[in-house]
Amino acid sequence: MIQYADRWPHLAVRQVSKTFRSRRREVLALDAVDLHVDANELVCIVGASGSGKSTLLRIIAGLLNASSGAVYVDGLQVSGPGADRGLVFQDYTLYPWLTVEQNVAFGLKMKGVDRQTRREQAQHYLRVVGLEHVAGQLPHTLSGGMQQRVAIARALANQPAILLMDEPFGALDAQTRALMQEFLRKIWRETATSILLITHDIEEAIFLAGRLYVLASNPGRVRAEIDVPLPAERDFTLKRRTEFLHLKDQVVEMLRAETLKNF
Amino acid sequence: MRTIQPLPLDERAAPRMLRPTVFWRIREDIPLSLAWLLSAGSLVLLLLAWLLVTALGIVPPLFLPSPAAVLGAFGRLLGEGLLLNDVVASMLRVLAGFGLAALVSIPLGLLMGAFASFHNLFNPTIGTLRYMPASAFVPLLILWLGIDEAPKIALIFIGTLFFNTIMVADAVKFVPRSLIDVAYTLGTSRPRVLREVIWPAAMPAVLDALRVNMAASWNLVIIAELVAATSGLGYRILRAQRFLRTEEIFVGLIVIGLIGLLIDLLFFALQRRLCPWVQRGGE
Repeated sequence: MIQYADRWPHLAVRQVSKTFRSRRREVLALDAVDLHVDANELVCIVGASGSGKSTLLRIIAGLLNASSGAVYVDGLQVSGPGADRGLVFQDYTLYPWLTVEQNVAFGLKMKGVDRQTRREQAQHYLRVVGLEHVAGQLPHTLSGGMQQRVAIARALANQPAILLMDEPFGALDAQTRALMQEFLRKIWRETATSILLITHDIEEAIFLAGRLYVLASNPGRVRAEIDVPLPAERDFTLKRRTEFLHLKDQVVEMLRAETLKNF
Repeated sequence: MRTIQPLPLDERAAPRMLRPTVFWRIREDIPLSLAWLLSAGSLVLLLLAWLLVTALGIVPPLFLPSPAAVLGAFGRLLGEGLLLNDVVASMLRVLAGFGLAALVSIPLGLLMGAFASFHNLFNPTIGTLRYMPASAFVPLLILWLGIDEAPKIALIFIGTLFFNTIMVADAVKFVPRSLIDVAYTLGTSRPRVLREVIWPAAMPAVLDALRVNMAASWNLVIIAELVAATSGLGYRILRAQRFLRTEEIFVGLIVIGLIGLLIDLLFFALQRRLCPWVQRGGE
């Protein structure tokens, strides 16, 4: 496995297709999807509804089996969910009966890390997301944005090979979402994590990604792969710049055609 | 094409709007003071009606004794130690029967809720058995187990086992899928997902199920004691009927009701204690 490391990308999705079968009909949700994420890369997948983007992420996470094709992490084929692929969902998935700190330490506890180390690690990642002051509180006392930051800390504390994010800011209000985007860029640069994020928000995808995939709908397949030629240092003013708007127009046009298929 | 002109002002009906109200608001809260007033009023009204009917002699005391007579009987039974004896006897039967049922139904319900395989294995049987009224088992249980404590406890056991199992299984099915998925991606094994995610997540609903079925077992113990017993609140009621002591029947009924209420409150307190994260409506 190690000898392949230089030839294999960090995460490789190879010819993944997914067919959903019900009694009456078959639906092809994903059609031979090929994509990859390199180490320390932040990649976004942007797609309209019907592009199967959530299905794709669930397959990568190992929560769903592909009908054909395979997913590889560092050359090792994915056969089920595991701690090497952390996942952050759109809806708040913190465990309501655990304190914020216990939530962040959850994965470490499952790994059998001792209590002292667990505490230290959890505190460290809470500091990273700027929430060390709420460590002892229960999640329901926190705002939506804070809860998602805890969810990110919980995923990071496990030190996954790759962090998968499924519309992580979709449930937040527009202002909080913009802050979270800057926050995620910052975290990503500080912790040197590989991130694969899916979203339907084109602006969000361009703002966050170093590289992005645009998915076609019905069936979901890769329609375009775009290198985002924007500086690494990004803040909200970037969204007003000409290069940004130009790129956005391109993607908007692509997705508009895809969305019309379902309209 | 015809264009539609607005009606002249005097021909227009005044726009109909909902009239403001407090009492008739649908699915909305009413002021706390009014809520208390209405709740207290409902009890006071019942008591007043009872007082009035007995004081005016509309119904003979043999059918409906006066509140004073019932209170007197309550004092007498309490003084003779009979009442406490009966309460303890009934309580022990409930605890034994319900406790055993909980011991079986909680793990079984968890398995059925968590695994479709267990669901398919047990659901046809349990789904059928639970529609057989437990009280109809009394003759069979007496035939099998005699007239001692065993058939009474068995009645409560089978009377609550099936419903509790189904309700615990439902509690598990309501655990959000994403909580389980996140646990997997944090490296949690399946047995630990059961223990560390499903069990705590289902706990508030499991306690609700226990509370409801505890009330059911409290009903069943009375049925068991009406048939063959020498102690217990059901026995007390049956005996009172035999000797035409209607006021003692009322004592029995009221005590049963109050204990039921107490158990309910106890479970609510337990839930608040064990599940402090559960948010209740109405702040």
